[in-house]
Amino acid sequence: MSARLALETSAARLVGRLSRATGRGGGTTLPGKLVWKLDPTALDALAARLPAGVALVSATNGKTTTTAMASAILAPSRRLAWNRSGANLASGVTSTLLAARDAELGLLEVDEFALPEVMRRTRPAAVCLGNLFRDQLDRYGELEHVAERWRDAVLQLPEATLIVGADDPLVASLAEGRAGVVRFGVDDPAQARPGLQHASDSKYCVRCGAPYGYDAVYVGHLGAYRCAACGHRRPALDVAAREIESHGLDGVSFSLETSEGVARVRLGLPGLYNVYNALAAASLALALGAGLDDVVGGLERFRAAFGRFERFAAGDRGVLLLLVKNPAGANEAIRTLEEGAVGGTVVVALNDRIADGRDVSWIWDVDFEPLLERAERIVVSGERAAELALRFAYGGFPRERLEIVPELETALDRGLALTDPGAELAVLPTYTAMLALQAIAARRGLTRPYWEGAS
Amino acid sequence: MILRVGHLYPEYLNIYADRGNIAVLERRAAARGHTLALEPVTVGTPLEPGAHDLLYVGGGQDREQAMIASDLAARHEPLRAAVDAGAALLAVCGGYQLLGRGYRGRDGSWMEGVGLFPHETVAGETRMIGDVLLESSLAEAPGRTIAGFENHAGRTLLDPGAEALGSVVAGYGNDGASGFEGCRVGRVLGTYLHGPLLPRNPWLADLLLSWAIAHATGEEPRALAPLDDALEDEAHAVAASRARARGGRPA
Repeated sequence: MSARLALETSAARLVGRLSRATGRGGGTTLPGKLVWKLDPTALDALAARLPAGVALVSATNGKTTTTAMASAILAPSRRLAWNRSGANLASGVTSTLLAARDAELGLLEVDEFALPEVMRRTRPAAVCLGNLFRDQLDRYGELEHVAERWRDAVLQLPEATLIVGADDPLVASLAEGRAGVVRFGVDDPAQARPGLQHASDSKYCVRCGAPYGYDAVYVGHLGAYRCAACGHRRPALDVAAREIESHGLDGVSFSLETSEGVARVRLGLPGLYNVYNALAAASLALALGAGLDDVVGGLERFRAAFGRFERFAAGDRGVLLLLVKNPAGANEAIRTLEEGAVGGTVVVALNDRIADGRDVSWIWDVDFEPLLERAERIVVSGERAAELALRFAYGGFPRERLEIVPELETALDRGLALTDPGAELAVLPTYTAMLALQAIAARRGLTRPYWEGAS
Repeated sequence: MILRVGHLYPEYLNIYADRGNIAVLERRAAARGHTLALEPVTVGTPLEPGAHDLLYVGGGQDREQAMIASDLAARHEPLRAAVDAGAALLAVCGGYQLLGRGYRGRDGSWMEGVGLFPHETVAGETRMIGDVLLESSLAEAPGRTIAGFENHAGRTLLDPGAEALGSVVAGYGNDGASGFEGCRVGRVLGTYLHGPLLPRNPWLADLLLSWAIAHATGEEPRALAPLDDALEDEAHAVAASRARARGGRPA
């Protein structure tokens, strides 16, 4: 380590300790922010000192869960530098590498927009790109622009192993004509949805622009697509999930088919979107040299990543917390509630800070209607609670069964009061609302704070 | 009464929650005893003048917009005939740009528009993104506020004497310089504001519906019976305060 990097590193660690000591959160990004500001090339040096190199994970949806699953697979055999708190900008990545002094392998989820620079600086051995959905257009810009930036970044790293979601036409196209690619996807027509969701993206052929036809749609626009005009179609799968079986909120099972063999996996998380996350994590871990037994063991041990899917007890009632942040992800959260038969009373919380997206129009692209049909009462909360109330009212939900409670803790208590003893309250928060609810739950002793590690 | 609504290219132009605008029109019409008959008008389907009381054109991502731009521009005559006969029209964001004379790309390229609005749009170097608050210029509702969100790289330049939708209280507006936003020609409204536009500005939805009803009956527009808009007013107030606090600041 250079003298300068050593100095920056110790200064930054001190900041992290101070941040935790003063109770201002986990201290997870402050050290990195400092170093990143002082000297961005520190990230290059921090990545270069990892003997097994760096693996990066990005996607619109599922990157935190995918990375956490990969960690569950790899951690028993490698010392990881893993940004478990989800601090996924260049500064957060820098923080993680600073803190993990004797790590062998960097396992890092990276924000879609930050990915090109993090790739350029960390020179990853493997990059896992899952999916691209419309998300926070005010911050990320349009899908095509994100994909073009990724395309350029991938071209700059011809030697890296590329793991791509084959079921997403735009993401799969990033790997076309390249060696050293692993393509993963779902292959189980029994799980297909009746059609594309309202706000589907990437509906038009990446090669010729004609609309894709689908043999099966699984999540959003992910599925087995083909273009009748030019023949462009989903590529052959190297890693596939077949024979999928849902167990409601308790999980989902599937056959994991890989070049190393076939294994039955039972995940402790529900939903087809988590099967995608598991496929991405399995593909990445296999590419990094893990064995199939390690993959199955890691996936089956895994419990939810921070805030994505949490169940905890609040007295004699349960709380199910599901993060929502964009239309495709929210649609899957609503399906999870349906499959789990939860949702008599629902709290939905919408904030509009930078991490949530300042433009709240995305809530109108969510297919909330199945929730509106089942819910008896909806408590809307967060800084833009009134906007949510309008979404539900114009979606056909009776205004007299809507309650506007902007303050989150009051909304949680109101939701619990409306929930029968023994029943489960569904809470759907956006990112910063989720953080606030986590803090409330932690203060009441319902969950542990994330920097102490997930259970 | 049945109000016939033509939704242009719904599968291409739907990026900024355009279906929210349609849902608001639908429910507010229903609250007054009217039914919207929604018809998609898209590539390969004809647009018959007189077939619609209200037309809606939303926004799309660049790729989708480019895919339908020439098809839309070729509909210049039936669109002109429809609005000349008094059909109402709302165009948002990309739709607002495409209904002008055209769009000048950063590489100097020219994309021909429909020519309903007296404006041209020029691609800018930066996007203008943020909450917006307008004060209406419409003679039907002078001084009423309109709250929304804008996200556009194009600078839309109105011809001298053209009527704007409103003056900018907070945010960038058409071009980040003129202090005006949107455009109005008769019963045709165009704007960059999404969020979507109509849920938190329901009086605009009612104005468009009154025009559509006037087209359907052949009578003069009449104001609609008021509804309980407490939720709408609350959402409007929050959105307006956002624009005041953090809307774009024109250079």
